[in-house]
Amino acid sequence: MMTRKKIFEKIIEAVIYASGTATTIVVLLIVFFLFREGLGLFRQAPMQKTYTVAVHPQNPVRQLSIDQLKAIFSKKEKNWKTFGGKDQSIETFSSEDIEKHLKGQDLGEAFSKLKGLVTTYAQNKENLVVVMPKKFMPNKFVPIPTEHMSIGAFFGGKEWRPTSEPIHSFGVLPIIAGTLLVCFGALLFAIPTAIIAAIYLVEIANKKVRNIINPFIELLAGIPSVIYGFFGLVVIVPFIQKTFALDMGETALAGSIILGIISLPTIITISEDAIRSVPRELKEASFALGANHLQTIFKVIVPYALSGIVSAAILGVGRTVGETMAVLMVTGNAAQMPSSFLDSVRVITSTVAAELGETAQGGIHYRALFMLACVLFILTFWFNLLAEWIVAKKTQK
Amino acid sequence: MSSQNSLSDQNLSLDETAKNMTSEAKIITRNLDFFYGDFQALKNINTQIDAHTVTALIGPSGCGKSTYLRVLNRMNDLIEGAKVKGEVLIDGQNIYDKKLDINELRKNVGMVFQKPTPFPKSIFENVAYGLRVNGMTENIKERVEKSLQQAALWNEVKDHLKKSALGLSGGQQQRLCIARTIAIQPDIILMDEPTSALDPISASQIEDLIMELKERFTIIIVTHNMQQARRVSDKTAFFYLGDLEEYDETPKIFESPASEKTQNYIRGKFG
Repeated sequence: MMTRKKIFEKIIEAVIYASGTATTIVVLLIVFFLFREGLGLFRQAPMQKTYTVAVHPQNPVRQLSIDQLKAIFSKKEKNWKTFGGKDQSIETFSSEDIEKHLKGQDLGEAFSKLKGLVTTYAQNKENLVVVMPKKFMPNKFVPIPTEHMSIGAFFGGKEWRPTSEPIHSFGVLPIIAGTLLVCFGALLFAIPTAIIAAIYLVEIANKKVRNIINPFIELLAGIPSVIYGFFGLVVIVPFIQKTFALDMGETALAGSIILGIISLPTIITISEDAIRSVPRELKEASFALGANHLQTIFKVIVPYALSGIVSAAILGVGRTVGETMAVLMVTGNAAQMPSSFLDSVRVITSTVAAELGETAQGGIHYRALFMLACVLFILTFWFNLLAEWIVAKKTQK
Repeated sequence: MSSQNSLSDQNLSLDETAKNMTSEAKIITRNLDFFYGDFQALKNINTQIDAHTVTALIGPSGCGKSTYLRVLNRMNDLIEGAKVKGEVLIDGQNIYDKKLDINELRKNVGMVFQKPTPFPKSIFENVAYGLRVNGMTENIKERVEKSLQQAALWNEVKDHLKKSALGLSGGQQQRLCIARTIAIQPDIILMDEPTSALDPISASQIEDLIMELKERFTIIIVTHNMQQARRVSDKTAFFYLGDLEEYDETPKIFESPASEKTQNYIRGKFG
């Protein structure tokens, strides 16, 4: 009897141990995977994987940076002289131009004749620069080593054009700016509202009211974000469009309002706890000095609960930064540098959610999205850490 | 039964003294009952407390002495379901009168708590707090300094008034709370076991302070420490299960108490 019980206990213990270890490992693996996929971005050129850049053997230029290539293919730079070559106008040939340059010619099955055709076309064009898969590269053309995607171009770039050919732009500045703008707006609206609500619930409302309101706040936290998004799309977006006479109401403002509402329950509940944890003696001490209720709330209770309230706000930010569906639905998703709350913006989560499905695994676009996810991970991680640090510092005191 | 008789006799005599000596009486309670919901925490309490005296309230835990104390500045109003019957007069005015300004009352009846309760502000702002909320902002620096001096804390803190009050020791914090209380110039100071959370040296400093403050304030102190009650108070009230069992001159209570319960309690037989 005894031994069977012991064995049973051992098994349970082993199961708990195994599942605990497994969970930890899975979490670590996910983080590891995220960063491995993301950091791969900086070991690749911002072009399609098999493509190379090449110039005519007579062209003395042997080096072109990514920015220079972008300038060339967007026709901003038109002369080789700029890059230390001869005084010749630049002609470009990327896979997009096949139709233009080789009009009506038979490319053969699976482009078997393409290389020959391109070679014929390019042979005497000294001013030609070609971007193409290596196997179609015209004979004798000299490949130019392409730089890897730089960290500066990723974090400092103002253009997010992941599908522009032949050089992609992965500047995340507008996306990060959009994210921060929407979050900032959300908090601007949510923090005061939530704190007032928390003060009301703890200090002013009687038990009956509290028992009615609290379940609603919990309910608010349980609503799927797509429903908030739907509400935003049907109610808030048209309202903003009308109020500000805009062409479209999908703006940062709409995102901020929706995210603010979504983060309310988080901030309210945590602030409530912070306010409730103010020692009764402290409140009584304030009353005993002849302070009225409002004076006590704003001069004693709120200052005492401030660190808790701040960490509530930060956790609220964490919640809003990571929110996806609702923002995707109401912000319009234009990847441009926002100049006001009435601009359409795109946030990190929406970008990843909307674009990841269309990318090739291991491709540069795929890695850029992973890197973006890493940025999001670091942001939320940092916010959570900050909130915990503030609470820890408080308890030390 | 005998103790009940003696109690009602005493109440009678107290009532008479109240009538005769109203000029000196600072606080009078008449037929005071107090309820937390259905529980009656104070039963028919009749007391008279004279100005510029120290009154000690003693008794076992849950006897009603803290409740009595908190009746006097209406701190019990904050508790849901609390109910008061009878009269509580301070300077002849019923403090449970509906027209009474409760903040004005609390300004006049200061309170020091068991645990030091400094606000999370600077030392200066802690003392200034009561002045500010009561609009007594003239000469605020002088008032703060004077209060700190009266609370025997000035010399220790005068060089770092801007530092957080939370950095002071327990005894210093408690003296700060006393300074904060006397800054708004109350007539009466209620002290709810003000030394029970402190070390013996800090406690004796507070006791010395109480003796000094007696000159200018009427002090009522709840204490579990018999020696302390004996040392600092002029009169002592012994509460037992919501009754005022005995109330008399302190030497009398400690040397020849009328009630057997009082005697047993003071001798440490229960409580």
